[in-house]
Amino acid sequence: MRYPYIPSTHEEEQEMLKSIGLNSLDELFSDIPEEFRLKRDLNLPKSKSELEVRSYLTQLANKNCSTSEMTCFLGAGAYDHYIPSIINHIISRSEFYTSYTPYQPEISQGTLQYIFEFQTLICRLTGMDVANASLYDGGTAVAEAALMAAAHSRKDELLISKTVRPETRQILKTYAHCQNLKVIEVEMKDGVTDLEDLESKVSDNTAAVIVQSPNFFGIIEDLKATGEIAHKGKKAVFIASVDPISLAILKKPAELGVDVVVGEAQGMGIPLSFGGPYLGFIAAKNAFLRKLPGRIVGETVDKNGKRSYVLTLTAREQHIRREKATSNICSNQGLNVLAATVYMVTMGKEGLKEVALQSTKKAHYAFEKITASGKYKPLFNKPFFKEFAVTSDIDPETITAALKEENIIGGYHLGKDYPQYEKAVLYAVTEKRTKEEIDKLSSVLEGIK
Amino acid sequence: MKVMKDLYYTKDHEWVKVEGDLAYVGITDYAQSSLGDIVYVELPEVDDEFEKEEAFGAVESVKAASDVFMPVGGKVVEVNEELIDDPALLNADPYENWMIKIEIADKAELDELMTSEEYEKFLAEEE
Repeated sequence: MRYPYIPSTHEEEQEMLKSIGLNSLDELFSDIPEEFRLKRDLNLPKSKSELEVRSYLTQLANKNCSTSEMTCFLGAGAYDHYIPSIINHIISRSEFYTSYTPYQPEISQGTLQYIFEFQTLICRLTGMDVANASLYDGGTAVAEAALMAAAHSRKDELLISKTVRPETRQILKTYAHCQNLKVIEVEMKDGVTDLEDLESKVSDNTAAVIVQSPNFFGIIEDLKATGEIAHKGKKAVFIASVDPISLAILKKPAELGVDVVVGEAQGMGIPLSFGGPYLGFIAAKNAFLRKLPGRIVGETVDKNGKRSYVLTLTAREQHIRREKATSNICSNQGLNVLAATVYMVTMGKEGLKEVALQSTKKAHYAFEKITASGKYKPLFNKPFFKEFAVTSDIDPETITAALKEENIIGGYHLGKDYPQYEKAVLYAVTEKRTKEEIDKLSSVLEGIK
Repeated sequence: MKVMKDLYYTKDHEWVKVEGDLAYVGITDYAQSSLGDIVYVELPEVDDEFEKEEAFGAVESVKAASDVFMPVGGKVVEVNEELIDDPALLNADPYENWMIKIEIADKAELDELMTSEEYEKFLAEEE
């Protein structure tokens, strides 16, 4: 064998060449011009044994910092919530772990059933009529919802608040650019969407008004008031991006006039994993049923009258009128849907409420501790959920470095996206944080010169 | 294939029944029979305005989905909600079961449509 990672033998190679009527490997590549052919061995190090590869990779992996050995106060869209161990046990079962997309209901009942349950749970959390089988992540979910709104309204202006996560706004701009839709940002005031600015921008050309609550700064937006202004646009669709865990203690978006609810469900049983894969969801009022991107699993009965599940609805356009499609998402985030579903049923209504309450109480305790001496000042004075921003005279890089010394992953530097908040840091506190950890964070912060 | 007298027709198999400045719009017998069993009808909203030949809705059958186009430009004043609950009405009687009622923007556009005789001839050529 000339190539150790290609398992075919010399004999097999000759056999294959012979069967296509060639004498040598060079003949196989005869179409590649002489000057482009590599005439030497690849410059690769000597092959390693399994043991050597494992210890080399372990050494590389150990250069990472992770939440398993550090205390995490970083959020800004991805959160260090506790993941019950049952989740890994269930999603690791090969029936789920290696299964392909459930096109054939006769062999996919397990997969279809958990997707159906996920949709049901998302509808219950958000109060909406219908949810799809999931989307890639919270950012693309916002973009998909916006495209759907544009198709529904046949208008082309997408209004999005500057308090929506900056990466999400970037994704929306990328999607909108190719669809000739206009993205118009709505100003913010005191850490929330500036409703006066919104009102001045809403018109009959508005396809969608998009806000996030709790917003990027952790602050709870006034969805009801925002929706009332949004709907002054004749056709405008009101889209809210939410943290699903917050819905355990906040009012359901459906009760606040929201037409389409989207969000990132990473916090529900999915590890941080250095940024992905995550889990987006979309739920909407019935009027959007036929325009929802992706697909929906439905419950039915088989020929013997037994309960069963099928892929029941996908926007027809995705398959037979593709030029009319508002989305080309034909898949969903299967394994992470299962993780989130198991999370929700494991925690239950009370458990989820407990996670939300503990997160918010601990976040408020941290906020009080950190701002007590006046060295760190609140950036805003608004009700927040599990994240809050503080500002000081100290350079955020210095803060992060000092915290790292003490095995703490510090907050997010808001100056990266909001130059006016150059010295501000956004801290996230989940139910996992203990009083001792929060006290330590506060005392390290206090000690930074 | 049934063609009704006194209606205007389009090459995309929509019909128009004019009543003063208003008009009913639907799909022809030929259209419903080509589509087969219709399972879903997508309709616009009242007050939506469309140009001539712009798609105002869609019909889906078990074998196909097709846009439905405006025969003439105008504003939607009423939609036939019954079709939402019972799309098969379009199969049962496509001329009785109109899709939308519009306010015609420019009646001169009607002149570009086919009469029932012309549509019959058009269908014969289509065969």
